[in-house]
Amino acid sequence: MDQLFNRKYIVQGLFIVIALILLGKLFYIQIISDKAFVSAESNVLKKKFKYPARGAILDRNGKVIVQNEPVYDLMVIPNEVKAFDTLTLANALEITMADARKFMRRAKAKSNYQATPFVKQISVQSYARLQEIMYRFPGFSTQDRTIRHYPDSVGGQLFGYVKEVDSADIARSEGFYKPGDYKGKSGLERSYEETLRGEKGVVNTIYDVHNTPQGSYADGKYDINAVSGERLISGIDIRIQKLGEQLMNNKVGAIVAIEPATGEVLAFVSSPGYDPNLLVGRSQGNNYMGLISNPYKPSIVRPIQGKYPPGSSFKPIDALLALQEGVVDENMTFNCPGYYMAGNHKVKCEHVDGNISMRRGIARSCNTYFCHVFQKLITRNGMKAQRQTYQDWRDKIAKFGFGQKLDIDLPFEKEGYFYNADHYDKIYGKRWGYTTVISQAIGQGEITATPLQIANAMAIIANRGYYIKPHLIKAMGDRIKKEYVEKNYVGVDEKYFTPVIDGMQDCVNSGWGTATLSRIPDILLCGKTGTVQNPHGKNHSVFIGFAPRDNPKIAIAVIVENAGYGSTYAAPIASYMIEKYIKGNVTGARSAQVEWMKNQNLLPVLIDKSKKPKLTKTDSLSIKKADSAKRTNDSLRIKAATQKRPLTVQLTDKKLQNSGKK
Amino acid sequence: MQQQQQTNRFFFNVDWITVLIYIALCAIGFVNIYASIYNPDKVGFDFSSSYGKQLIYIISGLVLGLSILLFDGRLFNVFSPFIYGGTLILLLAVLVIGNKVAGNQAWIAIGSFKLQPAEFAKFGTALLLARYVGAFNPKFRDFKSIAIAALIVGAPLLLIMLQPDTGSALVFLAFMFPLYREGLSGYFLLIFLGMIVLFVADFLVPTYILVTIITIIAGLFIYNNRRKQKIIFSTIIVAAFAIGYLFLIKVAYEKVLAPHQRSRIELMLGLKTDNKGAGYNVIQSQIAIGSGQATGRGFLEGTQTKYGYVPEQSTDFIFSTIGEEWGFAGCSVVIGLYIFLLLRLINLAERQRSTFSRVYGYSVACILFFHIFINIGMTIGIIPVIGIPLPLISYGGSSLWSFTILLFIFLKLDSNRMGFF
Repeated sequence: MDQLFNRKYIVQGLFIVIALILLGKLFYIQIISDKAFVSAESNVLKKKFKYPARGAILDRNGKVIVQNEPVYDLMVIPNEVKAFDTLTLANALEITMADARKFMRRAKAKSNYQATPFVKQISVQSYARLQEIMYRFPGFSTQDRTIRHYPDSVGGQLFGYVKEVDSADIARSEGFYKPGDYKGKSGLERSYEETLRGEKGVVNTIYDVHNTPQGSYADGKYDINAVSGERLISGIDIRIQKLGEQLMNNKVGAIVAIEPATGEVLAFVSSPGYDPNLLVGRSQGNNYMGLISNPYKPSIVRPIQGKYPPGSSFKPIDALLALQEGVVDENMTFNCPGYYMAGNHKVKCEHVDGNISMRRGIARSCNTYFCHVFQKLITRNGMKAQRQTYQDWRDKIAKFGFGQKLDIDLPFEKEGYFYNADHYDKIYGKRWGYTTVISQAIGQGEITATPLQIANAMAIIANRGYYIKPHLIKAMGDRIKKEYVEKNYVGVDEKYFTPVIDGMQDCVNSGWGTATLSRIPDILLCGKTGTVQNPHGKNHSVFIGFAPRDNPKIAIAVIVENAGYGSTYAAPIASYMIEKYIKGNVTGARSAQVEWMKNQNLLPVLIDKSKKPKLTKTDSLSIKKADSAKRTNDSLRIKAATQKRPLTVQLTDKKLQNSGKK
Repeated sequence: MQQQQQTNRFFFNVDWITVLIYIALCAIGFVNIYASIYNPDKVGFDFSSSYGKQLIYIISGLVLGLSILLFDGRLFNVFSPFIYGGTLILLLAVLVIGNKVAGNQAWIAIGSFKLQPAEFAKFGTALLLARYVGAFNPKFRDFKSIAIAALIVGAPLLLIMLQPDTGSALVFLAFMFPLYREGLSGYFLLIFLGMIVLFVADFLVPTYILVTIITIIAGLFIYNNRRKQKIIFSTIIVAAFAIGYLFLIKVAYEKVLAPHQRSRIELMLGLKTDNKGAGYNVIQSQIAIGSGQATGRGFLEGTQTKYGYVPEQSTDFIFSTIGEEWGFAGCSVVIGLYIFLLLRLINLAERQRSTFSRVYGYSVACILFFHIFINIGMTIGIIPVIGIPLPLISYGGSSLWSFTILLFIFLKLDSNRMGFF
């Protein structure tokens, strides 16, 4: 044995060291790290999502008003795409070659390895054509899903729209939504998103290296079935919803009708309205921009976002409070010389009625009567305590739902403003009293309400003292929300409603009422007109009412902007809605009036408001004060304002007349 | 009677443990080739498929191996120059009449069978080298003996480089180890190791930093040995060569290596990631092996294997099938078997009386070692992609037969160890 024999150990040692290095690396990639395992899964596993059908929505009579239609997205996995016949594909999809290339680039930019939409929501025809030639386009696949369809083409703002989630939605949902998911963005689609959306399903399929499917993964153990969204039953009566939108054609305003006994919203008209089907499908983006740029702002959901002074329709509530507080009784009279003097201000009345009591005061909408009632209410504890009594009055009115959100099941509800005593303290210091805020007696000036709040107030009167939270959806599947059966009392005893309702009955059904032209045959409609003074243009036409007088089926608020007297437009519109709802149809000569009303164009003239002077911060308070005073003053000159219309409005009227002659 | 005795001796003297390991590795190869090309839609045994052919190769390989055992062991010594010469002729022939597959002119087609001369050059070279050392017993202290050994190894190496088949050529460096065993200075191995380290380092670290480091180390070394002039002199020479080598690499890398080889090296060093191109094989192979985890997905259950995600899986990347379907456990068994075989071969070589047998035994073990290390290292990404088969396991007749011949010649020599020479 020579010395070189020892070199055997060096060679053998080297073998062992190298073997250990190999084993070490194997130990790392096989046991310590699971990166390879995950990559292996993503190599062979492709998840295909099964999009659930969104829940349908039914109207109160069981008619489907929101449903689904199948559409197909063409998906592409860019890195699996081989050179392909762009022309054939573009033709099948009815797009240009340039578009096809652009879409490809866009898909590549999103992800090279994941299925990304190439063209979304392709037509059924394109889909059929594609099915025959798909084998020539490796890397492309179709993904079926459903989109919304609104068979009646009404209720754009009511139903809202559904749109693909954006990155902000995904972030907010903490990963629940994935790119490509759809989500309700407004209206009922938004507020009931969680009920409507259902649960997404997943199919795991194994693919070989040539991207040919090789069957399901683990016998479908990890697959999830899509669960359809739940069905919603709404309180909407689609017949009167449709009639309402037709009646409001070419008018700006809102109609809200409520079933008083249940709080279910029967009609929810926002005008100008739009066909919700516009915001479905491939032209969604363009149509959306169209709606946004429309000067009459159909994007505003007027029943819950429009802020209108309630005007004379506020008077019955004032009367109820006065009766409850005991400052008047139904027989007490006030003298109406045609005006009311609030300090130095003269509140004009439409008529000279002499001594007038509550019933007639309501029927005739007497400003003088209600200014006296308001004066009595605010000064009942003496002149010194006016601030406290005002606040007390304000809180009691608030119970009717004014100045707060009614928490309807729609997003973006506004509360309107209805100021606390503090607000006036800030402007006037301690030196203010009933004369300062007298305009509120007749629902003018510094009080605004949404049409929903006004309709809800009417439901309270119809119910003689309580309301149920107004809501659009009465049942989700079989479930009913508890809060939708709770009665909210407003703190006025039932007996005080009789004289007020008497007055409202006379308003429509007596010889001296303000809305006598809106009488409905065989139905005792109780209502109240309002002509809301509008400093920016022609007065708003308002009507609130309910019918029939006993066991009321429907309470309604109608507001037509810039349409003048409540009795001319709002009241008839309300009466048609009520008749249609109760009888199923507008009968007799009135059916012709319905058609006439549908054709009235009352769209206000557009004024360029873009050149408003900018306010500096320093004089904001004084401007606020001046504004408040101006509003008060304006409200005191109702008559004058209706006669002195701005020049622009006159011009358009002439134009309208001219076009009418032609 | 004498006949009987001879037969007995023959069977007793053959190292059957090595034969058993040989059979086990072939069987593992067959099973995994079957899994690699397994197609659930095709049932029944198919002799025209890869696994069918491999079975034929294995059986004929065994017959070949056993018939080698029947030869007289002295013949290999005697005929080694002719065998060596024959393989050189084949290597020359392949450059002229060879088939070009994937850029390499490495195969000679004989009917449907493709012969790869480079595989056979290994045992030809091993035999001649063993004969040279056995006959002259050089201690490799002088230039002449080193030059002769280098010539024996270098001739086939050069011819294989011309194909060009870098992988097979690289395996010829394995002959350094038997020469080392026979007396070649360990510095050759160290220099070789140093060249590899510097090569890798040159890509990962800027050259000027390496130059600085080398200079500092050399300076310290000289300072420590400042009395010994000879050491100072040789240190300066080594440092100068190292620095020159660094710059040479940069030039050679750009000018000599083909683009695909460059990218393989860059991928292995992590300088570049490429999931689609050159890096695809390695990445898919690592994914397959890694996804096997501790115990593997089970026979025919590997998704990467079954659905064809690893290219060349039955040949160069057969280890990925083992990794995926049998996991770390399976890999350990295979590596364990190999190491057991290698250590045993070295032990067998050391018990030889004749230098010829010993050198040949070392050559066999080291050639196998290079194949195993490079192939497995490549599939798990610690060595650039070098296309050489995993001994006895990878699909392919040339490779299996050449390893069989390589191994069984040694077994024959071993069984004769008590006899002649």
